[in-house]
Amino acid sequence: MNKTLLLIKHEFLGTVRRKAFIILTIAFPLIALLGILAGQVLPGMIKTTTTIEKVGYVDQVGLFTQNTSESNIHLIPYSTEDAAKTALEQKDISEYFVIPANYIKTGSIQRYTLTTEIAPGSAVQSAISDFMLNNLLQGNSPDIIARAKNPVNISSTTLTAAGTPATNQGGFSAIILPYIFSILLLLAIFTSSGYLLQGLGEEKENRVMEILLSSISPRQLLAGKVLGLGAAGLVQIVVWLISANFLLRMASASWGNVLGSLQITPEFLILGIVYFILGYLLMAILMAGVGSISPTAREGQQMSVIFIMPVIIPIYFITLIMENSDSIAVRILTFIPLTAPITVMVRSGISVIPIWELIVSIGILILSVWGLFILTTKLFRTYLLMYGKRPDMKEIVRSFRAS
Amino acid sequence: MFSIEVNHILKTYGKRAAVNDVTFDVNQGEIFGLIGPNGAGKTTTIRMMMDIIKPDSGDIKIMGEKLNDSSKNKIGYLPEERGLYKKMSVMDTIIYFASLKSVDAQLARQRGEELLKRADLLPHKNKRIEELSRGMSQIIQVIITVIHEPDLIILDEPFSGLDPVNTQLLKDLIRDLKKNGKTIIMSTHLMNDIEELCDRLLMINKGRTVLYGSLAEVKSNYRNNAVLVEAVGELGNIEGVTDQTPHNGAVELKLDAKTTPQMLLERLVKKGIVVNRFELSTPSLTEIFIKVVGDEHE
Repeated sequence: MNKTLLLIKHEFLGTVRRKAFIILTIAFPLIALLGILAGQVLPGMIKTTTTIEKVGYVDQVGLFTQNTSESNIHLIPYSTEDAAKTALEQKDISEYFVIPANYIKTGSIQRYTLTTEIAPGSAVQSAISDFMLNNLLQGNSPDIIARAKNPVNISSTTLTAAGTPATNQGGFSAIILPYIFSILLLLAIFTSSGYLLQGLGEEKENRVMEILLSSISPRQLLAGKVLGLGAAGLVQIVVWLISANFLLRMASASWGNVLGSLQITPEFLILGIVYFILGYLLMAILMAGVGSISPTAREGQQMSVIFIMPVIIPIYFITLIMENSDSIAVRILTFIPLTAPITVMVRSGISVIPIWELIVSIGILILSVWGLFILTTKLFRTYLLMYGKRPDMKEIVRSFRAS
Repeated sequence: MFSIEVNHILKTYGKRAAVNDVTFDVNQGEIFGLIGPNGAGKTTTIRMMMDIIKPDSGDIKIMGEKLNDSSKNKIGYLPEERGLYKKMSVMDTIIYFASLKSVDAQLARQRGEELLKRADLLPHKNKRIEELSRGMSQIIQVIITVIHEPDLIILDEPFSGLDPVNTQLLKDLIRDLKKNGKTIIMSTHLMNDIEELCDRLLMINKGRTVLYGSLAEVKSNYRNNAVLVEAVGELGNIEGVTDQTPHNGAVELKLDAKTTPQMLLERLVKKGIVVNRFELSTPSLTEIFIKVVGDEHE
């Protein structure tokens, strides 16, 4: 077998057999499953009361007399605040509210209760709200009143320049997939490149490197590690995607058919895969470079933050990217290799990225991956066998020139 | 045919030359010693031979050609800084490193078991490396070095950390490898091991060649005009002897420039001294090492 393939196999098997990898791979689906099950089971466990609740009120406007029964809540009028207060103290009512004389102007009412709470219960809030609206709109038909409660459902259609409906219709379904892909990309990058960094650190600490380099070249070593761990990262993602599909269907049953509106267009899928692979390769090679110049795995992890931060930047600016997807700032993020994968994922969900921008962005990423691969091979040759000392920037530049 | 030809290699780190214009050849089937004090450039030279680091100038040929993927399979290398994957089992470790030398798993397992048996380590074959003692794990590293039956074996400080039993085991293995026509390059700072095992040697100091040749040639070049004599009774004053020093039960007699060992023997016989032992005094490699390194230091 080709030596690079042997290394890929070794790194792949070594990673997927790690306890930490197995735990992380099954932890996400397991936590999500528990969350969904809890979401389905807990409401049934919460005691729902069917007894009629009595809520008192004092109407100082003189307008609120009708519709005093809203679902399980009965609204009992009191002529004075003192009378309502006495009823509350005697537990004839669970709470009461006062509609002040200036309510029409201010919209404010005052509620009194014996219970300490974070916010009023939703059932009571809804009953009071409906009671107020029904009385305010007295004389109108029930349809009008119902519409006033829920005045508008906006349904948008994005048209192409030719006036036909566009493939990408935006909205929740358009952003949720790029968002999920971005998170998966980040997770895969951080876990796989983290293993790479840790593995290199351990090999340096165990002094295995020189034995390896007597059989293989630094280039084979780098390629084997990056691809082997990348394959392990992909396995993790495939497990997450398959379980996500299953879990989302489970969740969908309780959320309503939200997911029925999700569409993965072929363009998005291709872009997702391309940026996924290039983003991973870029980060993995950078981590390998960091690993080669770091004396220990721990120092390597500390240094890696320098490269992890730029990858996360688009997540911080996700609202900016969504609202100004064609601005110059967002375009620049599209062209910077470290920020490109997440930026493109988010942009592609809400707008059509011009082809030239994609070509430039992918071109820069490919060149960066290739250039970094060559530079990291040189770092491997010079620093993998340097133990206990981290080279400074001058030494690194000198070693690039020398090799 | 030469197993290795090293021509004028130079390697600098910043302004410091770690290896400076070093040239030597290693003959097929010989044990070649690479010696020098700490920091002399031995490991850098070996790493350049293994193509792990590149020389700034000069060239190295391994078995007549520049080192490539296929010729790497003909070399077994035991580095000075060595270790193994702690969590892997002994047999998996042997099979993995053998596979990197293009030996299939079945053959590696078979050879591995033979070598483990020879080292009395067969019962440990399924243990993890971290469960072994340091000496045991060093023997596993030696097994990995020879598992692919290489033609050329490079051993950098092979005896460091080994107990006397394992040291002897490794020496026997080195002699067996030589008997089977393998070429061995051994870097060490233990001069006794070089004297015991090596046919030829190269000594480098501060990156430069200071001694190169067969053990006999090197010793001959550093021979002082002296003889070792073991005799009955006192020797007394002898014409042509400038100094007498006790030496392991004998006496080392230093001769002046006009006196030859033959002339001394005749004078001893003439004086009626009973001589039990009479041999030319040659300095040990350790003495030569100290002298050469000391001279360079001055």
